[in-house]
Amino acid sequence: MGKEIKESGSIHLRRFFCYIVLIFFAVISLFSFYLLLINATRAHVDIQRGFSLLPGKSFVRNFNNVWNNETILIVHGMVNSLFVSSLTVILSVYFSAMTAYGIHAYDFRFKKVIFDFILLIMTIPTQVSALGFVKLITFMHLKDTFVPLIIPAIAAPACFFFMKQYMESSLPMEIIEAARIDGSSEIHTFNTIIIPLLKPAIAVQAIFGFTSSWNNYFAPSLVLTKAQDKTLPLWIAYIRGADFTKFDMGQLYMMIAFSIFPVIVIYLILSKFIVQGVALGSVKG
Amino acid sequence: MKASKVRKPKHVSYTKWGYIFLIPFFSVYAVFSFIPMISTFYYSFFENFMSGLKMIGPKYVGLDNFVKLFTEGDLLKYTENTLIMWVMGFVPQILVSLLLAAWFTNTRLKLKFTGFFKTVIYMPNLIMASAFAMLFFTLFANNGPVNMMLMNLGLTKESIHFMSSTIGARSLIAMMNFLMWFGNTTILLMAGMMGIDVALFEAAEVDGATPWQIFSGITMPLLRPIMAYVMVTSLIGGLQMFDLPQILTNGQGGPDRTTMTLIMYLNNHLFSKNYGMAGALSVILFVITGALSILVFKVLMRQRES
Repeated sequence: MGKEIKESGSIHLRRFFCYIVLIFFAVISLFSFYLLLINATRAHVDIQRGFSLLPGKSFVRNFNNVWNNETILIVHGMVNSLFVSSLTVILSVYFSAMTAYGIHAYDFRFKKVIFDFILLIMTIPTQVSALGFVKLITFMHLKDTFVPLIIPAIAAPACFFFMKQYMESSLPMEIIEAARIDGSSEIHTFNTIIIPLLKPAIAVQAIFGFTSSWNNYFAPSLVLTKAQDKTLPLWIAYIRGADFTKFDMGQLYMMIAFSIFPVIVIYLILSKFIVQGVALGSVKG
Repeated sequence: MKASKVRKPKHVSYTKWGYIFLIPFFSVYAVFSFIPMISTFYYSFFENFMSGLKMIGPKYVGLDNFVKLFTEGDLLKYTENTLIMWVMGFVPQILVSLLLAAWFTNTRLKLKFTGFFKTVIYMPNLIMASAFAMLFFTLFANNGPVNMMLMNLGLTKESIHFMSSTIGARSLIAMMNFLMWFGNTTILLMAGMMGIDVALFEAAEVDGATPWQIFSGITMPLLRPIMAYVMVTSLIGGLQMFDLPQILTNGQGGPDRTTMTLIMYLNNHLFSKNYGMAGALSVILFVITGALSILVFKVLMRQRES
């Protein structure tokens, strides 16, 4: 009896300690974004004058300043980013599913070799071929277009691997056999039966694909040079390189907020799938 | 052989579809990744750079670019920078993630709101790294909010110049890396821990093992494959470190190039159109990351076989 009480007391103490530590990490994860949110609502003079944990009254003014800025085209950059990321994600998800299905559903001679090859190239960074990539797109007259940022998404090894894992766990071959008996052609089966069955995996990969394209800085910096083509990360780099002393800090924080908050909003809506997805695509102990 | 063909005629005729479904992936991979990679390697053997407005080369120079890279000393310095900043971010990341993952999966502790905490700590992973670096640059500026807060609290009299000292700049980058990745690592380690047979923990508890004994005696050894995976993929990611230091230091790698990473170095060669050196550097990066990729591959294969 006495021992039990002592034990339950110690577990309460441990639990309390755990919550303190967890709250600490939650706070440091959120703190910088909180300051961003606060400062995006404050006027330049207030930001210069001092630090505050409470929002100011200049949200609308800062928002309009960013919206109407004619040299730093953040809104235009957002539209470009949205365009590139949307097409990228459609291509990578569809064709990764197709590639995974090709290996999952059919037996052919080089199946194993091809699968191993894709797995092997999965972690090789794209930066090692950056030089050849720049040369190639210059040669193909694709510089200052979105094509070299979108088309390569068709070959996305990590997305492929996730799709393949998902198919192994939840795509029975009987469904494919049944479709064949019904006389459905292979492409038709893939588009109308398989793709809908992959919805959960597609949702997870759509989020990851979208954010990684939205956040991508290295590749667009090699491809896009004109102001009207720039995506958001390129504008962030531009702001960083500009003369800081002349900046309206309220507007500056609002520009950063434009790049960060759309993803946070999407994340908060879909966080359950995302956190599950991270675990799903991982190695088990 | 013939008999099986007769019995399963359909099976054979579908084979070609396997190849057809692979065509888009491999044609795009060949054009946008494989050919660029080969041509990158090819350039590494040539002297080819811009001198003012004049293009020098391309002239075949054998391994001269590699010799130059290794003897100039910059490569070594930038490799060191990259690895130091990676370690500074990775060590706290793996320790905190192990701790949090152990707590989240502990059946006796039964913590509440774990979904909320996981959601919060994973969030920085999806943030645009360049915007995150820009945010840190403004927050940690000499007259930025963090310095104002420290002065208000009386923790410092004069503002701290975070970005003008090597340790300060490197710490900021390591801290951003930590914040962006510890949530992800926690979730990966949790998945690994939940794969461990609960009976093992129960048996240990019956035998009166302390939480630390359970953790070091059962959890850690069984977690080795996933720890290897996390570490190697993190190292591969660390070697690609670019957005954070590039934006934080405006591409200068300041102070005194002590935060200049390997990919920033590559990026500088690309923008100054020094193609020979960029090619040689890419080959070196390919060899290192290629070797590490084989390790990841082995872990994944072992997992799939079991």
